[in-house]
Amino acid sequence: MPAAIRDVMPAFELFQPTSVADTLGLLERHGADAWVMAGGMDTFDWLKDRIRKPKVVVDLSAVAELRGIKDAGGGIEIGAMTTLTEVAGNALVKERFGLLAEAAGLVASPQIRNQGTMGGNVAQDARCWYYRAGWPCYRAGGNICYADTPTSVNREHAIFDADRCVAVNPSDTAPALIALDAQMVVRRGGSEMVVPAQDFFVGPGVDITRLTMLQPGDLLTAVRIPGTWSGKQFYFEKVRDRQVWDFALVNVASAISASGNTISDARLVVNGVSARPYRLEAVEAFVRGKARDEQTAEQAGELAVQGALPLRHNAYKVPLMKALVKRAIRGAGEWTS
Amino acid sequence: MPEGPITSVPGGQPGVSRRNFIKGVIAAGATVSASAYLFRANIAGQDSSLPGSVERLITLNVNGQERRVDVLKHETLAMTLRYKLGLTGTKLGCDRAECGACTVLVDDVPHYSCSVLTHTVRGKKIVSIEGLAAPDGTLHPVQQAVVNGQGFQCAFCMPGFVMATVGYLKTNPSPTRAQLAHGISGNLCRCADYNKILDVMMNAADAMRRA
Repeated sequence: MPAAIRDVMPAFELFQPTSVADTLGLLERHGADAWVMAGGMDTFDWLKDRIRKPKVVVDLSAVAELRGIKDAGGGIEIGAMTTLTEVAGNALVKERFGLLAEAAGLVASPQIRNQGTMGGNVAQDARCWYYRAGWPCYRAGGNICYADTPTSVNREHAIFDADRCVAVNPSDTAPALIALDAQMVVRRGGSEMVVPAQDFFVGPGVDITRLTMLQPGDLLTAVRIPGTWSGKQFYFEKVRDRQVWDFALVNVASAISASGNTISDARLVVNGVSARPYRLEAVEAFVRGKARDEQTAEQAGELAVQGALPLRHNAYKVPLMKALVKRAIRGAGEWTS
Repeated sequence: MPEGPITSVPGGQPGVSRRNFIKGVIAAGATVSASAYLFRANIAGQDSSLPGSVERLITLNVNGQERRVDVLKHETLAMTLRYKLGLTGTKLGCDRAECGACTVLVDDVPHYSCSVLTHTVRGKKIVSIEGLAAPDGTLHPVQQAVVNGQGFQCAFCMPGFVMATVGYLKTNPSPTRAQLAHGISGNLCRCADYNKILDVMMNAADAMRRA
């Protein structure tokens, strides 16, 4: 659906708190009327298109304690409001977790990375165009999926774990964070929860109206990456129609520790194929102890796509995902076919 | 006919350009009635004692000047620049953070001004295309390179490309052509004149290094 300029957004009350405590106070006071805005790169489409009409917007840009990248005992902690440009260019991230730096550097366009944030990239909503255009689908609280009918345009939708809704998670950094075993720091009311990245994202079976476990009033404050996978062998690849701006058709993130040519441990996550970033635990178990060669990669690729259920227009994602998993196991450089 | 510079609609009279007409309307304070873009009743009575509450009358640092301006809560920087401050060099193409025509620098970093709330850039230095030339009128090297090489066809995207290039060259003054293409890849040219744009922007980088 082409974006149409109508005029600026409808009016809302704006708050710009300067601390997490004040932010939580505002969210509690305004409840479901409040919309949390980080960089705004997801927010503005919703508001300009009049699909969401929050009474109150709580802008986090003045909360200094949510910004920055800290060394945390071999790992790192990234404030939720740290921009993707900062994540992609940060020396510590590049040295220890190049996987995340690469993923962040492949998001959208330079201007969007200059404004879009770590927290916003993982917490962004689904990009299914039926949903984004305001159709009353399951994800919007209705009782139909417009993307899964005989005439639907569903080239970019799910091939795994669809449950009524067939939207996918659009994030590039999410699979990298899961591969790195990151923890999401969430403030809910007076308490702080630390949630494994893998459990931060939810599928339609858990909550069909959200892609993450964040409820109204919650605030994602930081992402912590433990030192476990620091400096290991990483592979990230994003396939999209355009080389700029576009969301991934499929992306893959892998972290592999190897002794010699033998894989001792691996974590593999694919996104753009289901409502949750799709972790390939069966493939991880399969490659453990195997030689890192073409045969292992080929078998891993076969295993990865087992159980895929393509829709009318997205069967291409199956061989695409298979090829990406093969490359992620085999690694960059030597791969030729 | 009323007094003052605006005596006709654009095109109706020789010597009144569309640009000057728009600026005249803004200068005359007629925006309230002329622009359906900005003026709507605000919702929800505000209580300025709440933490994080926002005053509408703010000071912005635009092109080196302190500008007092009344900014709505939901107003984007592109709207403020164009329709409140008369800085119509910043173009609105898509209004959806896709095309880059509205690119300006916020503290030297390129941003899509269509997708920045003006209230989030209080206290920051905003530079639009009007702020690049020296006070004596000498063009910025990037602007001069565009003129020298006639780098654009219709040039609607030009201000955005120039701002994106100026911003990128601050982070990498000696880019390869491929690096520069990546650095300004957040901007679209519907004339698809990318090769020529890259030619003149590479010339600009060269001129800046030699200066």
